[in-house]
Amino acid sequence: MSPRAKMILGRVAQAIPVILGVVVISFVLTRALPGDPAAYFAGPAADAESIAEIREALGLDKPLLQQFFYYVGDLARGELGTSLTTGQTVLADLAARLPASLELTLVALLLSCAIAIPLGVLAATRPGTWVDHLCRVLVTAGVSMPTFFTGIVLIYVFYYLTGLAPSPLGRLDFIYLSPPHVTGFYLIDAAVAGDFETWFGALKQLILPATTLALFTLAPIARMTRAAMLSALSSDFIRTARAAGLGSRKVLYGYAFRNALLPVVTTLGMVFSFTLGANVLVEKVFAWPGIGSYAVEALVVSDYAAVQGFVLAMALLFVVLNLIIDIAYALIDPRIGLN
Amino acid sequence: MADMTAPETPRAPAHQGDTTLGHIAYVLRDNPVTLLAFAMLAFFLGCAVFGPALVPYDPLATHAARALEAPSWDHWFGTDNLGRDVFSRVIVATRLDLTISVAAVALSFALGSVLGSIAGYWGGWLDAVLNRCLDTIMAFPLFVLAMGVVAALGNTVENIIYATAIINIPFYARLVRAEVNIRRHAGFAQAAKLAGNSDLRVLAVHIFPNALPPMMVQVSLNLGWAILNAAGLSFIGLGVRPPTPEWGIMVAEGANFIVSGEWWLALFPGLWLMLAVFTFNLLGDGLRDIVDPRKRT
Repeated sequence: MSPRAKMILGRVAQAIPVILGVVVISFVLTRALPGDPAAYFAGPAADAESIAEIREALGLDKPLLQQFFYYVGDLARGELGTSLTTGQTVLADLAARLPASLELTLVALLLSCAIAIPLGVLAATRPGTWVDHLCRVLVTAGVSMPTFFTGIVLIYVFYYLTGLAPSPLGRLDFIYLSPPHVTGFYLIDAAVAGDFETWFGALKQLILPATTLALFTLAPIARMTRAAMLSALSSDFIRTARAAGLGSRKVLYGYAFRNALLPVVTTLGMVFSFTLGANVLVEKVFAWPGIGSYAVEALVVSDYAAVQGFVLAMALLFVVLNLIIDIAYALIDPRIGLN
Repeated sequence: MADMTAPETPRAPAHQGDTTLGHIAYVLRDNPVTLLAFAMLAFFLGCAVFGPALVPYDPLATHAARALEAPSWDHWFGTDNLGRDVFSRVIVATRLDLTISVAAVALSFALGSVLGSIAGYWGGWLDAVLNRCLDTIMAFPLFVLAMGVVAALGNTVENIIYATAIINIPFYARLVRAEVNIRRHAGFAQAAKLAGNSDLRVLAVHIFPNALPPMMVQVSLNLGWAILNAAGLSFIGLGVRPPTPEWGIMVAEGANFIVSGEWWLALFPGLWLMLAVFTFNLLGDGLRDIVDPRKRT
């Protein structure tokens, strides 16, 4: 257990310089944004004097290095500054909008895993057949689809043509009241409140954007599952298991699949990164009130604090997620930590 | 299983004959999809080079009397809300989209090669510092980082290229680093060194070329991804500005009309974008089969 604990500690230590780098990059990026936030904040009627006053109040007249140390100090106290557009603190804005993004992302990932993993396994067990070719074409087509375009096609087919989906505007149609806030996930909150009409309303709004994201993430997961299954199936322990007379089901799921799952879990980390990026586009298409559309709105008016908070939150979320995946990996895989 | 053993037997005679060309011909015969990908690539390159000269209408010319017309013989892909011909705009946009992605990939190829070679050959603290920097870039969801970079540098096409290049550098640098690192003490490298070549020459002329085959696969896959990235950025209003024809911005403009049923505005540019990315992805898979048959996935 000791080498494994050491490995996990080492992995946590590795994340620290990365987090530092993330903080530096997010600071540099947003200070380089065009436009003067002091002028923006002062409003169109302000004269040079009041702009200078506001610049001083915001700390924008100090040298960059000093601004950076202020920034780090604020971060340590959990302060991300105040958004110039909403007037709320960025932390409150992000916290209010994060559940919407997470709900969308998680539902999409679950959906794509449910399709991609069985497809990859089927393709690997029947190489060269139509399932395999279908998998290859689907995987290449899926990765070629711009998410915003898929979303628009889905809206056209399911909203305009067939009328099956509700209008693509936000998380809940205006005829429903949003459920009482517990987790911020409408599906969970509505179920907790026992309000199944709202639950269905939220689900109907969620299906199209989640499908759009899922189609995008299908490809890497299916591809990795297929590759991992192929290499597991061609390894010696499978030959031994077969020679020992184990049933094909036992060999396939008990041995090959369990081993193939490890690289698939690692891929999920990368897929999550793509999904967070694609989220921004999908949220814009479906007017989803998540942190992606928040960032796009902030970018347009060069709202430093909001953009900075968004980029930082995304990066930290991703670093922490990768850390969790790596640690889970070390705990699952008995070979890690032994050599 | 069949997939793992099959390439071994029939490939042997191909290797005995003329080497590279014979092998490529064999792979293309074996895999018509790759052949199709090459044909589609030729089509897109043709559009990029000759497109602006051949299209039937001026992509910027507005014609209010014929706004929002459905596809017809006059306007193959219909007209947009200002009466501009969607077909002409889609074809003309090919050049801009391909230029952005090729320039971005070339930049990250060059920078990634230099950084990766240095880190892989000399190792030590250079290697450690580079790895930490790459880790930091990779710690961002890449599209989000690209958004940040374009917003910070300013809203121009060049900055889209730089942003796309920056987020792609880690892939090239890591690939080159790994390829150079395993060969830096190889027999041929030491022989070249003993024959009096400088470190730089051994690295550039003897070791680095070995990294090129896997790099070409990466380039092809990356080109498609770079187009997607650039189109995504202009979709959210960064980079290319209207009325410049560009696939992402055309889809964004068309999105406003999709709920009222004018599907051709968004569909055709989106379809073209998808086909272009599809071509590069198929090409990447095909190249991988040529370069390293055992890595087929």
